Amino acid sequence: MSVKKFVVGCFDDEKTLFPAVKNTRKAGYKIHDVYTPFPIHGLDHAMGLRDTSLHTAGFIYAMTGTTTALTFMSWVFTKDWPMNIGGKPHLPLPAFIPIVFELTVLCAAVGMVLTFCYLCQLAPFVRKDHFHLRATDDLFVMPIEITEKTNIEEVKAFFQSAGAVEIFEKDAETGWWLGRYDKTRKAFEKEEIVTA
Amino acid sequence: MSLLRYESQVREPLVDGHKTYHDVTEDICKPVEAAPTRLWWIGFIISVALLLFGVVSLYKEVVYGTGMWNLNKTIGWGWDITNFVWWVGIGHAGTLISAILLLFRQGWRTGVNRAAEAMTIFAVICAGQFPIWHMGRVWMAFFVMPYPNSRGPLWVNFNSPLLWDVFAISTYFTVSLLFWYSGLIPDLATLRDRAKKKWAKAFYGVASFGWTGSTKHWQRHESLSLVLAGLSTPLVLSVHTIVSFDFATSVIPGWHTTIFPPYFVAGAIFSGFAMVQTLMLVTRKIMNLEDYITISHIENMNKVIVLTGSIVGCAYLTELFMAWYSAVKYEQDIFFKYRIAGPYGWSYWLMMTCNVITPQLFWVKKLRRNIAFTFLMSIVVNIGMWFERFVIIVSSLYRDYLPSSWSVYYRPTIWEVGFYLGSFGLFFTCYFLFSKYFPVIAIAEIKHILKKNGESYKEQMDPIEAQSVEEFAHEQVHAH
Repeated sequence: MSVKKFVVGCFDDEKTLFPAVKNTRKAGYKIHDVYTPFPIHGLDHAMGLRDTSLHTAGFIYAMTGTTTALTFMSWVFTKDWPMNIGGKPHLPLPAFIPIVFELTVLCAAVGMVLTFCYLCQLAPFVRKDHFHLRATDDLFVMPIEITEKTNIEEVKAFFQSAGAVEIFEKDAETGWWLGRYDKTRKAFEKEEIVTA
Repeated sequence: MSLLRYESQVREPLVDGHKTYHDVTEDICKPVEAAPTRLWWIGFIISVALLLFGVVSLYKEVVYGTGMWNLNKTIGWGWDITNFVWWVGIGHAGTLISAILLLFRQGWRTGVNRAAEAMTIFAVICAGQFPIWHMGRVWMAFFVMPYPNSRGPLWVNFNSPLLWDVFAISTYFTVSLLFWYSGLIPDLATLRDRAKKKWAKAFYGVASFGWTGSTKHWQRHESLSLVLAGLSTPLVLSVHTIVSFDFATSVIPGWHTTIFPPYFVAGAIFSGFAMVQTLMLVTRKIMNLEDYITISHIENMNKVIVLTGSIVGCAYLTELFMAWYSAVKYEQDIFFKYRIAGPYGWSYWLMMTCNVITPQLFWVKKLRRNIAFTFLMSIVVNIGMWFERFVIIVSSLYRDYLPSSWSVYYRPTIWEVGFYLGSFGLFFTCYFLFSKYFPVIAIAEIKHILKKNGESYKEQMDPIEAQSVEEFAHEQVHAH
């Protein structure tokens, strides 16, 4: 986990945000992320992010559910306890369909949500640094990471020309940690350098 | 000269009153952040009182058994299973609104989906109670789960529709809960970032799972919602289909029909939408959300009600036809002697009136858009749908194959009524708490459709729509 330095540009409309994102990439700056209050279709492509394969994971979980249900019920009714229930066959596949279907859906849904939380590092008590409190309200926030090669003033001027409504510098922790939002953060505060 | 039409003129804006993104946040968060109103307290206290009545009724049942509900040898399923099917049905509208309408790209779902999903969860909690307590020895309820046990390798019967129910209801509850909560996370983050009070910061901070609104997260979130919607769509149809199998796979006259699955699903959507109407009309009024849950939202839901009501009506008539056409004496007797007429005939006609005849009034546009009338109808439909289940269960059971066990003395006791009222108490207590501490409208989703379907968009489009093709083309050419 590391605290990095950022210049943050805030936009109040998608109309200005999209060209800004494209121009930032063209200019060669490193976009840390773009925080938006709602999903904006196409922004991921504009940023050059690859498509998510969460749905593939979902398919795998679903198939796991199907096979588990089928093998388990078949095993119970043919091997473990072959009971005669009203003279019905021991392997009544049509009668298995409802439970097979339900388990397929259940495994897919639970698996996908857990994977989603894992990939996005979402869990109760997880804390992450905010760049702007209004990023969950009405601002589109784009922090650019400052490296040795970037000139802060240049980035600010760039944001200015791209139509940002608010521009500021911020040191932020890029990872996550456990904590509560009502407690002031301690774990990742910058250590003061004491000079003699 | 033909005029340009960007969008059909009949479509009304989905969000009224020139809102900005910030206005949306303010309007929806306000009721959560403000102190509860007097009306909220009154409603909440009544709900808790009903819930307590339900708890006392349940205590009686647990101690003395299901005889406390006047169930007898012939009518072994009474109010309890009626209530179970009714509550499950109510739950269906939530998933339908959030999943099926999401797949169909129906923008109007955004105004009502959050509350409807919450309603689903509370309704399924209420529904699940009834079969569990109906078991009588409720402390044995865990027997329905397939697990390696100490009674030899004795497993549950996977061929039984009652066990399918266990799987269907628990899956439905889990998936609905996940769908609802994953949608809530971004909105809880909005509340967290606005919170001033210490407890609110802590509560919403923990509840929002550290959501930041990162683009990658939104991308995954969208993918997740879409797949969950795709999974929930067949799920919602399967759940009530499976509930209908409880009846359809038996050999009781009046139950043993192939029409039950689609008929039950339509009925479920019908009653579910009625309950959404009841809740939405109250919520929009109390919380000043008229700009988000507009008359056109209510009208759309009324259209679904008239459609599903008609399907249900068709099913009733088909049942009658098939009873006659099958030439099975028992079927004919049940329908023509003991349902339409007989000691419980009044419930059949009440069901017919509430479900088939009165909803047809919604063909009239004025009535569809009338709030008082819609509210009245939503309650009428729910009463009708309750009686539908009552008719199916009781009026089939009280005349079985053996005339010596015929029964007409089934009347609910105060404890059975108490348990039903208690389920209302549970439902509304949960709903009141939800509406106080969670955003009743999906903030992020409203913002997502705001620019395209809001009122300001309409106004921006009006002059363009009024232009002739030549004017428009000329303007476009000179703009570049």
